[in-house]
Amino acid sequence: MGVIRFDNVGRVFGSKAKPFVALKDINLEVSNKEFVAIVGPSGCGKTTCLRLVAGFDFPSSGRVLVDETEIRRPRPERAVVFQQFALFPWKTVYANIELGLRNQNVARAEREDRIRQILELMNLEPYRDHFPHQLSGGMQQRVAIARAYVLDPEVLLMDEPFGALDAQTRVVMQEELVRLARRNPRTVLFITHAVEEAVYLADRVAIMTRAPGRIKEVLDVRSIREAEKWDSYEKIEDVMDLESFVHLRTHIWRSLREEKAAAAA
Amino acid sequence: MPKRIDFTRSLVLGLGGLIAFLGLWYGLSASGIVPPLFLPTPFEVLDRFIDLLDRRFAGATLPAHLAASFERFAYGFLLAAIVGIPLGLLMGWFRILDEIVSPIFDGLRFIAPIAWVPFAALWFGTGIGGPILIIFAGAFPPCVINAYRGAKFVDPRLIEAANMLGTPNRRVITEILLPASVPSIISGLRVSAGLGWQSLVGAELIVASTGVGYMMVQGQANLSTTTVMSGMIAIGLVGLALDTALRFAERLIERRRGMET
Ligand SMILES: Nc1ncnc2c1ncn2[C@@H]1O[C@H](COP(=O)(O)OP(=O)(O)OP(=O)(O)O)[C@@H](O)[C@H]1O
Ligand SMILES: [Mg+2]
Repeated sequence: MGVIRFDNVGRVFGSKAKPFVALKDINLEVSNKEFVAIVGPSGCGKTTCLRLVAGFDFPSSGRVLVDETEIRRPRPERAVVFQQFALFPWKTVYANIELGLRNQNVARAEREDRIRQILELMNLEPYRDHFPHQLSGGMQQRVAIARAYVLDPEVLLMDEPFGALDAQTRVVMQEELVRLARRNPRTVLFITHAVEEAVYLADRVAIMTRAPGRIKEVLDVRSIREAEKWDSYEKIEDVMDLESFVHLRTHIWRSLREEKAAAAA
Repeated sequence: MPKRIDFTRSLVLGLGGLIAFLGLWYGLSASGIVPPLFLPTPFEVLDRFIDLLDRRFAGATLPAHLAASFERFAYGFLLAAIVGIPLGLLMGWFRILDEIVSPIFDGLRFIAPIAWVPFAALWFGTGIGGPILIIFAGAFPPCVINAYRGAKFVDPRLIEAANMLGTPNRRVITEILLPASVPSIISGLRVSAGLGWQSLVGAELIVASTGVGYMMVQGQANLSTTTVMSGMIAIGLVGLALDTALRFAERLIERRRGMET
């Protein structure tokens, strides 16, 4: 299982005298094995939402539930891919990926097996004994994804995981993620600035307003994807040319544009 | 290329400073401005230093005195590191321990190591325990403080990552806090070795019957200023060697992590 539910969630930072409302009345349900992307202007509270689900932070009001249980602390069943990778600099690629498995007392032989598989899947085998600083940003990002994926988590939380990548690497990673998601579907909460990325990857896209962050609109991409058979296209650029894709993308753009205009006014 | 020039430059300047210092010293003592008994010339001191390498004074040769001192130092310093580093890391991780220990620690660390001499003498007589206690008093605080700082200022994202991976406390300390704190711990050890080595000689001036400090006291009693200065030079050289070794270790670790600057 892996159902995430935001139940009237609010999060206020700052002091009593000078409160800052980061999130207000957030209601959202992500069903089991669903891929939901959150888009919104910078500073609207996307990362804050993700941290609440990870168990790094707690709501000021309302509740965040996973499988109807309130979240109390971080758990490996809710694996996080951090925007800035957060790899352990003194551990090799292998050791970084291995830590979570060791924590679960997985036997050495099985650890080797699972890590070998994930390294292969992410095209990282040649780098298993490298340290993070010896890798490019794209490879580090893949290690961070592998470290989360190897735990076979119920829920995958990704905070702009491709933000640091150049356009080409980004496309490769997006295709890889789709491949992974098909092979082994998980509940995913995915934050991004890139509208195309959200539409390409997600079943649903939630659009947030600028601070105080609320959910303005949730778009169902999946029904359109299925109706228009996006999955029959091999390449991301072929999907991006489809009228149905362009239409959705433009809709989200407009919505975000309004937010920008509102911020300027 | 620029690195090489910098190195040559600092070598030349350093040597220049040393020569100027020796020249001034020589001028002062050779001209008779300062009586030779109070300040022997650099050459007399060097003569005495070489002489002491194989002649016994106060019961042993200079190398033997140094060895005795170094042994005490090593015990005190290692004890300080073995107790201090884990304590610092634990204080950095468990808030409650921090709150219990910090006030006591902050009070005690301002007491100069030499102030422990009366107790060292009282508790241990002239045995090895006394000097070890004094060295420990000097070397312990920097070990604790730097391990603590290292643990406190670990990138919080790495802690979050470790928590998210389900890492138990014990493992967070040994596999995250400790390695993350290594640079801080090593610079702590450098300070610690310096203070420990300084306190050692202070301690030996008072509670020992071997060691460089003891040799210096005996030199003073015999009005042999050259012996005292030979001791000072030996102390300086060993201190420098210790610091160089630790700095080398620091570099090595930084390089391995790719944090070379
Ligand atoms: N720990 C905190 N203390 C105080 N304010 C915070 C804290 N964390 C976040 N905020 C504030 O809450 C707001 C939302 O932050 P958040 O990081 O969630 O934004 P975001 O949508 O992820 O932005 P970006 O797209 O730039 O990453 C910001 O204005 C931020 O300054
Ligand atoms: Mg963010």
